[in-house]
Amino acid sequence: MSIKLGDMSYQDRIEKGIENDFMREAVSSAQGRFRNGRLTQAEELGDWEDWRQLGSEIRTHTLENLDYYLQQLSEQVSKRGGNVFFAATAEEANAYIKKVIKQKNGKKVVKSKSMVTEEIGLNQQLEQMGAEVVESDLGEWILQLDEDPPSHIVTPALHKNKEQIRETFAEKRGYDQSDSPEELAAFAREQLRKDFLSADVGITGCNFAIAESGAITLVTNEGNARMVTALPDTQITVMGMERIVPTWEDMEVLVSLLTRAAVGQKLTSYVTSYTGARLEGEIDGPDDYHLVIVDNGRSKILGTEFQSALHCIRCAACINVCPVYRHVGGHAYNSIYPGPIGAVLTPLLDGYDDHKELPYASSLCAACTEACPVKIPLHEQLIRHRQIIVEQEKKSPVTEKIMMKGFAQWASTPAAYKLSTKLARTALKPWTKDETIKNGPGPLKGWTDVRDFPAPAKQSFRAWWKERKKGVNQ
Amino acid sequence: MKVSLFITCVSDMIFADVGKHTVEILERVGCEVDFPAAQTCCGQPAYNSGYLQEAKQSMKQMMRSFKDSEYVVGPSGSCVGMLKEYPAIFKGDSEWEEAAVDLANKSYEITQFLVDVLGVTDLGSTFKGKVTYHPSCHMTRILGVKDAPQTLLRHVKGIELIELPVKEDCCGFGGTFAVKNPDISREMVKEKSQHVSETNAEYLAGGDMGCLMNIGGRMRREGKNVKVVHITEILNTHEQGGGIA
Repeated sequence: MSIKLGDMSYQDRIEKGIENDFMREAVSSAQGRFRNGRLTQAEELGDWEDWRQLGSEIRTHTLENLDYYLQQLSEQVSKRGGNVFFAATAEEANAYIKKVIKQKNGKKVVKSKSMVTEEIGLNQQLEQMGAEVVESDLGEWILQLDEDPPSHIVTPALHKNKEQIRETFAEKRGYDQSDSPEELAAFAREQLRKDFLSADVGITGCNFAIAESGAITLVTNEGNARMVTALPDTQITVMGMERIVPTWEDMEVLVSLLTRAAVGQKLTSYVTSYTGARLEGEIDGPDDYHLVIVDNGRSKILGTEFQSALHCIRCAACINVCPVYRHVGGHAYNSIYPGPIGAVLTPLLDGYDDHKELPYASSLCAACTEACPVKIPLHEQLIRHRQIIVEQEKKSPVTEKIMMKGFAQWASTPAAYKLSTKLARTALKPWTKDETIKNGPGPLKGWTDVRDFPAPAKQSFRAWWKERKKGVNQ
Repeated sequence: MKVSLFITCVSDMIFADVGKHTVEILERVGCEVDFPAAQTCCGQPAYNSGYLQEAKQSMKQMMRSFKDSEYVVGPSGSCVGMLKEYPAIFKGDSEWEEAAVDLANKSYEITQFLVDVLGVTDLGSTFKGKVTYHPSCHMTRILGVKDAPQTLLRHVKGIELIELPVKEDCCGFGGTFAVKNPDISREMVKEKSQHVSETNAEYLAGGDMGCLMNIGGRMRREGKNVKVVHITEILNTHEQGGGIA
């Protein structure tokens, strides 16, 4: 897997999402819970806008000094016995991780909390070299059993409900109990414990790397990430190069925003920080520790008008409020980063060729921008993407281009504009019945396929105004 | 006070009555109203579709049309919201930047103008009926007008205001989104229509004809008989007549 999930066309993905009532109900109810939780928690915290502003400033400052903080992080990790590898591409990251595992003669890898390893397609690479890879986050584990990609940033199996999960467990692991969440979780726990104890390599992602101390912080509700970071002798952390904060204080601000914005919690069950390898005289920690810092297209976003997209702390608040996401589901975005942030980030990381529809899969309602705890102007960045698709990539439809040229001409020529307001009713007369158009021509078709269009007014406003000035209506 | 009308293309051509109610309301509160006839469209359809150069041609026409106006007032949160973006769009353009800032600073959506500039919250309107209000996304999130329309509605005599469930959710209009992504737009407006039905309101009011045309068009297609009205139609209804009494 890479950023892109498959080869299905945009229209097919949209239809598939809309037809999936099961998924839509699951998504809708989860969105309701997350949204209300976020609002309640924001209110309880108080001064939410000040917190957002602070979060945004921390992210801006970090990105503007990213080279400094990455170097500081790298030095701190090395000082604590860790190895740091900067990977410019997915290939470099995968090659390095494979080399480490080969050197250790690793057979089984347990993983937790890493979207970036999805982005670089690590699992397939490891499986190809003969290693067994077990995703240990419950949602990820379910998806791995089901060979299904994630559909949400925080809750990757959001599109499934407990009945479906029971079926997956039954089919793949011989599960024969009920679909109660407690029994399902107990079964997963029992299965995963064996993997934790027998794995030689643990791989996790990183919510925040703290530059001043070289610590990696993971924010979870399950605790499985702690097993991954505590048990195997060899530890690898894979992080996107922007997932860094200067200090512990900065981390505290961002964790406060993250947990509230993501799932409406003050704090998650576990906020785990760990540093490097076991040093002499220490009693715990892995024998061998590696930090892989992945660029994979991120550095080319720095210094552009999209830089703030790298503020993202993967809380999914934008996804949780997005009405488009609610109706089409995460897979429709065909990216491991779905929803509004996915529509912004995916073309930046993976180009427009496969993702040129994503920036248009938004009504620009700006609910995402309003919800983002680190103030990414998501809807504005979607408009900017559209400008690039039109002007630089030249990927917009020919008919649309002609229409927009016509629009510009019409709207900058008052006489033409005035004439059209006068003639609109007559022009649409053949399609009008009872002051309504049910099967409109040309660009109206998309509209009237799903709703009525009103007939233009009998008299335009400007015609009425002119008569009124002359005293006709007085 | 002198006020220039910004009637918006949708209102001029399709919902001319909205323009008339806007005129009458402004005159009732003592404004001297004019209509610069060279105005066209705010440019939003092109701008939001990514056609910046085309949008700018339209925007320049708007700046030319309103250059001498003291206040510019329009019956659409979305279109006025677009005018407010002009300074960012023309930033660094020595010929147009100043005009963009000037137009943005003097432009108001009608309810925003009444409440925030004139300090009017009670227009002396009378309207009998169960009304639910849809706050459009661009009105609330882009223009930042959240309370003014509802403040004015609350002061209407005889009105029964019913809260619309999940009212802050987009109706699925989104300008060209409605025709570029008709399937997603349909699902969004179906949901909105359902929420309107849940209120049992007789009227759905809003401050943006685009959204109302979308919700109204869908509800009509579904055979529902809720009357969809622009907020000015209710505010301009009074004991002497006016709106849609």
